[in-house]
Amino acid sequence: MTPGTRDFKENSRVALADAQLRRALDGLPGGLVAQRAAAKARLPEFEALTAEARDIRDHTLAHLDLYLEAFAEKASEMGTQIHWARTASEARDTILSLCRAEGARLVAKGKSMVSEEIGLNAHLEAAGVEVVETDLGEYLVQIRGEAPSHIIAPAIHLSRDQVEADFRRHHTHLTADRRLDEPAELVAEARGVLREKFLAADVGITGANFLIAETGSAVIVTNEGNGDLSSLLPKVHIVVASLEKVVPTLEDAALLLRVLARSATGQEITAYTSFLTGPRRVGDPDGPSACHVVIVDNGRSALLGSEFRDVLRCIRCGACMNHCPVYNAIGGHAYGSVYAGPIGAVLSPALIGIGESSDLPNASSLCGRCEEVCPVKIPLPSLMRHWREAAFRSGDMGLVARSLLKAWTYAAKRPRLYHALARFAAATLGAAGRARGAFRWLPLGRGWTRTRDFPAPQGRTFQQLWAERQRGVPR
Amino acid sequence: MSREAILSQIRGALRGQSEEARKHAVRQRLEAPPRHQLPERARRPAAQLSAQFVSCLKDQASRVVEVRAAEEIPAAAAGLLAKAGVPQRLRMGAEARLAALPWERAAGLVRLEGAAQADDKAALSHAIAGVAETGTLVLVSGAENPTSLCFLPEIHIVAVRRGSIVGSYEEAFGIVRARLGRGAMPRALNLISGASRTGDIGGRIVMGAHGPRTLCVVIYDEGGKAA
Repeated sequence: MTPGTRDFKENSRVALADAQLRRALDGLPGGLVAQRAAAKARLPEFEALTAEARDIRDHTLAHLDLYLEAFAEKASEMGTQIHWARTASEARDTILSLCRAEGARLVAKGKSMVSEEIGLNAHLEAAGVEVVETDLGEYLVQIRGEAPSHIIAPAIHLSRDQVEADFRRHHTHLTADRRLDEPAELVAEARGVLREKFLAADVGITGANFLIAETGSAVIVTNEGNGDLSSLLPKVHIVVASLEKVVPTLEDAALLLRVLARSATGQEITAYTSFLTGPRRVGDPDGPSACHVVIVDNGRSALLGSEFRDVLRCIRCGACMNHCPVYNAIGGHAYGSVYAGPIGAVLSPALIGIGESSDLPNASSLCGRCEEVCPVKIPLPSLMRHWREAAFRSGDMGLVARSLLKAWTYAAKRPRLYHALARFAAATLGAAGRARGAFRWLPLGRGWTRTRDFPAPQGRTFQQLWAERQRGVPR
Repeated sequence: MSREAILSQIRGALRGQSEEARKHAVRQRLEAPPRHQLPERARRPAAQLSAQFVSCLKDQASRVVEVRAAEEIPAAAAGLLAKAGVPQRLRMGAEARLAALPWERAAGLVRLEGAAQADDKAALSHAIAGVAETGTLVLVSGAENPTSLCFLPEIHIVAVRRGSIVGSYEEAFGIVRARLGRGAMPRALNLISGASRTGDIGGRIVMGAHGPRTLCVVIYDEGGKAA
């Protein structure tokens, strides 16, 4: 179903040739990117707030064990049952046994990336529990048998036409001649189908954007209300959240909320921001009668003590993907990992091992836009560089790339040799390319020349030109 | 077992700092949450808050009705239902401020009490506060204002007292803390900023993904006995 991370290069080639995907991704610069810029312009304090957001996340990570304990204690006091899962498989098993204890046959699921990470749906379905994704984008990829291609816009790769075809194929209980021309008609159909599922579901499973230590609350942010209905209508609500989601106080959550939606969709705030604390109280006419929070580690506590700690600041806004030239060109599926784009290139090797994902940290020109737009200032390009080094050290790098890097390192450490080689290359390529000014073909340069010409150098290196300039040689 | 394994791995990763200092920092932060800087738009003078609140609501495509007194809410609600072309049936909770209103002024309007049912078309809630910085309504779960009213009907009408409009989310949390006590929360504290929406089909925004297609906000002034 999901193409693997090992096939990144082949996946990228396929994605680049996909005209439909191209059209879908062409909407990004004028859409999410422009909307974020406009939201930032409307809030003059935006940059100052992101610095504070980073500090909140750093403070939390430096006291992570204590805030997790405080959260667990407070949430238990409020009637929430806390479960701890070291691995994806522990998390899956915990959730399955909670569903079994409830005799659950149908689960309504709000949008959750960590549930994708732990492979929850397949595990529940294999045990005979039907799982229905209720975020519209997640529902679309679910009925197509795909994975989400973006952390906040899972179906960003799809066109309206594809959605219509999928609905006609999947919703066979509806009349065949119904009109589905407008997005509004498609949304209305999904609303009707999913409303039935919400009402029939035995268990609701959601993620959490934040867990608040002060109050023991899980915070869920959505525009559709899928998380709210999933948490409200079924008898049992299960929150699955990775352990770095904890924040100390309501004040801290408020500041993070100010930068989250603006970075993600360019909204000032999402339509629904819900602070959920425990099960239904005495006298409450609605709400679940039991509430569970499954706190998932899955490799994160190991990251905390590593050079990759900063990635745990992430609040999953998706801005790094929206602004990444590589993501914009190939979309999310080509990465083959649960998390795509720059954040995925840093997080995935930590989750599945650099041996499985050594291409991902290379899927970047290190242009730095991701770090620039990150609301918690994660140094994504530096972290990608660390992974490249790790891949080199561990031998998880192709033989050709390895040999070339070694050769380059040898030369780069010997300036005389390096300059001599550079002079030779500049002179020969300059002479050979003088007539056309560019090359259509170069030895070892097919990766470049397959899709564009390689401009010919002028014949002398920068160092030569600089030395001449210092000597006052007229140009 | 997993709990101890995870926590001890975290402690191992954070070794090197004084345990006492770390515990002290956490205790202090949880007992007296530090105030972060507030954007200018969240700390405007009280006189500007209501206009800013209304303008943010309109930016989210919410419908706004301003009335002089709580007594005018029934007629305003009936008017909103008529305008939306839905039957004059309104689901509401046991909120005393709403129950005490002169509903006879909205002749023909049927009131249903309790949690929302799947086929309810319209509901009325009372917000404990409005937040001017983003046009956000703050609702507290319970029998007075069941959470399902916010998410099941197609039209959600929310009444909010003009005097309860504050600048920032933090001030709204202050109101919740004052009512329930420090560290206490209702089962659900809902910050609502516009109707349910989705951009998942071709990037076009469509209202009414799961919850209300229309959010209507009735802002009323004090003075009426229900205020």
